[in-house]
Amino acid sequence: MARQLSRRKFVVYSLAASTLTVAAPLGCDPSTAEGIEPTAADRRRPSDVLVTGTDEEMLVLEVTAANKVVVRLPRVEVGQGVTTAVAMMIAEELDARLVDVDIPLAEARTKGNQYTGGSNSVSSLYGPARQLAATARAKLVTAAARRWHVPARSLRTRDTRVIAPDGRSATFGSLTASAARIHRPSVSSRPKPASRHRVIGRPTTRIDARDIVTGKATYAGDLTVAGAKPTVVARPPTLGGTVVSVDDRAARAMPGVHAVVKVAGGVAVVADSFHHAFKARDALRITWAPGPLASLSDAAIRSRLRAAVPRLGTAPRGSAQTEGEFEFAFVSHAPMEVLTAVADVRPGRAEIWFSSQTPMDARDSIAAAVGLPTSKVRVHVMRGGGSFGRRLNYDAAIEAALISKAARRPVKLMWSRADDIRHGRMRPASHHRIRASHARGRVVAFAHSMASVSEAYPESGATAQGGVTPAVARAANPLPSDSGLYNFGRLSGNSGSVELAIPLGAWRSVDSGTMRTAEEIVVDEVARSLGRDPVAFRRTTLRNKSVKAVLDKVATTGHWGRPLPAGQAQGVAVHEEYGSCVACLVEVNATDPKNPRVTRAVVAADVGTAVNPRGLEAQLMGTVIDGISTVLQAGLHIDRGTVRESSYADFHYARQRHAPLHFEVHLIPSRREPGGAGELGVPAAAGAVANAYARATGTKPRRFPLTF
Amino acid sequence: MPSYSFVLNGKPVTVEAPADMPLLWVLRDLLNVTGPKYGCGVGVCRACTSHLDGGEIQPCVVPVADCAGRRVTTIEGLADGDTLHPVQQAWLDCDVAQCGFCQPGQIMAAVALLKKTPRPTDAAIDRIENVCRCGTYSRIREAIKKASADG
Ligand code: FES
Ligand code: FES
Repeated sequence: MARQLSRRKFVVYSLAASTLTVAAPLGCDPSTAEGIEPTAADRRRPSDVLVTGTDEEMLVLEVTAANKVVVRLPRVEVGQGVTTAVAMMIAEELDARLVDVDIPLAEARTKGNQYTGGSNSVSSLYGPARQLAATARAKLVTAAARRWHVPARSLRTRDTRVIAPDGRSATFGSLTASAARIHRPSVSSRPKPASRHRVIGRPTTRIDARDIVTGKATYAGDLTVAGAKPTVVARPPTLGGTVVSVDDRAARAMPGVHAVVKVAGGVAVVADSFHHAFKARDALRITWAPGPLASLSDAAIRSRLRAAVPRLGTAPRGSAQTEGEFEFAFVSHAPMEVLTAVADVRPGRAEIWFSSQTPMDARDSIAAAVGLPTSKVRVHVMRGGGSFGRRLNYDAAIEAALISKAARRPVKLMWSRADDIRHGRMRPASHHRIRASHARGRVVAFAHSMASVSEAYPESGATAQGGVTPAVARAANPLPSDSGLYNFGRLSGNSGSVELAIPLGAWRSVDSGTMRTAEEIVVDEVARSLGRDPVAFRRTTLRNKSVKAVLDKVATTGHWGRPLPAGQAQGVAVHEEYGSCVACLVEVNATDPKNPRVTRAVVAADVGTAVNPRGLEAQLMGTVIDGISTVLQAGLHIDRGTVRESSYADFHYARQRHAPLHFEVHLIPSRREPGGAGELGVPAAAGAVANAYARATGTKPRRFPLTF
Repeated sequence: MPSYSFVLNGKPVTVEAPADMPLLWVLRDLLNVTGPKYGCGVGVCRACTSHLDGGEIQPCVVPVADCAGRRVTTIEGLADGDTLHPVQQAWLDCDVAQCGFCQPGQIMAAVALLKKTPRPTDAAIDRIENVCRCGTYSRIREAIKKASADG
C-alpha cells in the first residue's frame, strides 16, 4: 500500500474500484485529530494516492451508481448519535442531501481504531470524515467538468448533484464511475472553512429517527440470521455462584426445547421461542454453590471502602477545614436493550452479531474462547439499545459463542432483565474523603482521597467472562479532579481500592461521575462556610474563562437566586473534561424530602464546534436524567453476595415523573474543533441536584442515592 | 397445540402456540413482528407496549389466549402506509429518540393516553410509566403536547 507521508493524519487514498471510493486513515489517538485548518504541507501534497487494499484502519467513502454515499463507520451507534453526526460531516463537504448518506456500522477489523468510548468519536472523526468527503467532491466535480468540457471551477455542487452554470446537472451516482478514474482533481479538495458550514452546526433530526418511530430499527434481538434459536441461561442466585449439579430431565422433555448446556455462568437452554426457553429454564433443577461474596453485604463493603481510603495529609497550618465523606452505591448500567448476541459457531469458523464498543478485542477473545484463529471469526456490529459503557464488555457474546459451540447450532442469546441487573456489570461503589482548607476567605489547599471497588477474581481465567475493562481502567492518579478546575491552592489526593469478585464496568463519565460530584458538593459547602453565594464563589475561583462563561449562562438564563417557596431550592455545579465544559442549574422541590422532584434544569455547554446541536442537547438531557437518578434514587444493594434489585421496579432509574418539567440547553458558539460531549453532563447534573437538595432541606447529602 | 386467531395490524393471523405463551413472544418469535421490545418481561419497563382492541397492553404479560378474536396493534400498524400517525410525526419533529429501544413502547403509550385524554396535563403525562434509559423524557413530554395541539 503506497502512502503519502504527511504530518497530518488526514491523508486520503483512492481505492481501486469501479465506483468512486476514497479512504482516510483514522488515528488511534484523538489528540492527533487536531488542526484540520490547511497548512502549507497540505497544499503541497497531492490529495490522493492510488492504492489497492482493504478498508482496514480506514474510513472509506463510496459513491454508488444509485447516488448513495456510503461510509462504513468503525464505531457503534448506541443512541449517542454518532451516525448522524458523521452523516452531517459527509453531507457538508460533499454537498449531498443527508438522506443520500448511509452510515452502516463496520464489522470488526484487524487493525486501526474501532473503539467507541471516552467521548472521542466526534472529535476523532471530524478531520478525516470531512477531508474524505471534500476529496470525493473534488473528483466528482472534475469528472463532470471533463464530461461537459467546461472549467471545473465553474461548477457547483448541491443536493448530491454537480450543477453547471448553464443549468445542466448530473447526480453523483452518474459521475461515480468516471470520478473513480480521476487522479488529480482540478479543484481544491480542502474542507470548507467553518464560516461556510451549512449542515454542520444546524440542529438536525437523527438519520435513523424514522426507522425508530416505525419500529423498523433493527437490534441484535430482532435478527433472524442463520436460524439462530432463542436462548437463555439459568444463573445463580449469588454473584459468581456455580453449578454443583443439574437435573435437566424435565426441561429437556418440554416441547420446543433443543438443547441444555452447562456454561461458566450457569445452564443454558436453547428453544423454539423465548417463551419455551424461559419455561424450560425454570424447570431446571439446579443445586448452586454460593459465590465468593456470599457472606458479604453492603455494610461490610462500605466499611472496607472507608478503611481503604488513604489518609489525607496534614492541612496547612492556621487554616480552617471544610470536610466531607461521601459514599456512592453500585449502579447498574441497565441499558434498555438487554445484552443480546447471535452466535453461529461451526467447526472451522464463527460469526457473531451483537452491539459492541470494542469489537476488535471482542473478536480476539471470542476466537480464543472457542478455539479458532481470529481470522476465522467475524463480528458484525449491531446498533445498541443504549450502553452507558456496558457494551465495552462483551460477556454475552463470549457466552453465546460457547453455547453455540456446545449446542452445535446457531443461538440467539438474551440475558433477561434480572440477569442484567443481578449479574452486572455495575459502576463500582466508592468512598470519598474531601477536605478544603481555607484561610482569610480563600481556599489554600484541597485534598481528595477515595477508594472504590475493583474487580478481581481469586482464580485466574475468570475474566474470560468478557474481560475487565483495560481501556478504561482507572489511573491511580491524579486526584482530585484531573482538571484542577478551581484556584484552590495546593491540590492533593490519593486512591485505594477494595478488590472483590464482582462484575464492574465503566459507567458513563466513569470516575468523574462520583469524584467530581462529591467535589462540587464540597465547593458549595466551602462557599457556605465562607459566607459566599455558590455561583459568586465559583466565579471568583474558577480558573478557566470558558467554565466561567457556562456558569454565567446558567445563572442568567436559570434566574439564579430567584425566590422559591420553603422546601424548594436551586443548585448549581460545573464540570470540565474531554476538551469541553458544562454548567448545570436545577431547581428541586423537596417539600417531601423522601420524594424530591427536580422541576427545572438549565444546562450550558461549550464543546467547541457542535456538529449537531440537537443531538448534543439530547446527550445533555440524558446526562441530567443520569444525575437525577444516581443522586436521588437509583442504585443497587448487595445482600449476602446477591444483588437485591432485579428490574426497573426496584432499580429506580428515573421515570417521566422524576424528570424536570422544564429543561433547556444553551450552547456557547465556538469554531474550535469539537470536544467530547456524550458523558460530559453527568457530574455537573449530579452535583447540581445534590446541591439543590442540600439547600432545599438544610441537610448535607453524604450517601448516594439519597432515597435508597 | 391450540391455535389462536386474531387481527394483527389490520390483517387476520392464526398461530399455533401454548395458551400461556405471552403475546410478546408470539409476535417476536412466531410472527417476526419485532417492533415491540423486550425490556423486562414482567410488565414494568413498558418497552413492549402495544394495543389490544385499541387499549394499552404490555404483551410480555398478556397470554396469547386472551387475544383470540381481538385486534392487536403494534408500532408497525400505527402508520397509514407512508403517512405517519400524528404521534409518530410529533416524535420525528421533536427528534425524541436516542437509542430508540424504548420508543415503540413510548409512542404506543402516548397514543393510548391521547385517545383517552386528548389534552393531557403535565400530571397526566407524569403518570406514564415507560422507562427511557436514555432519558428522553423532556422531548417525550414536548412531543405529546405537540401531537395533542396538532390534533
Ligand atoms: S418487556 Fe413488557 S413491560 Fe417490560
Ligand atoms: S431512547 Fe434509549 S431507552 Fe429510550
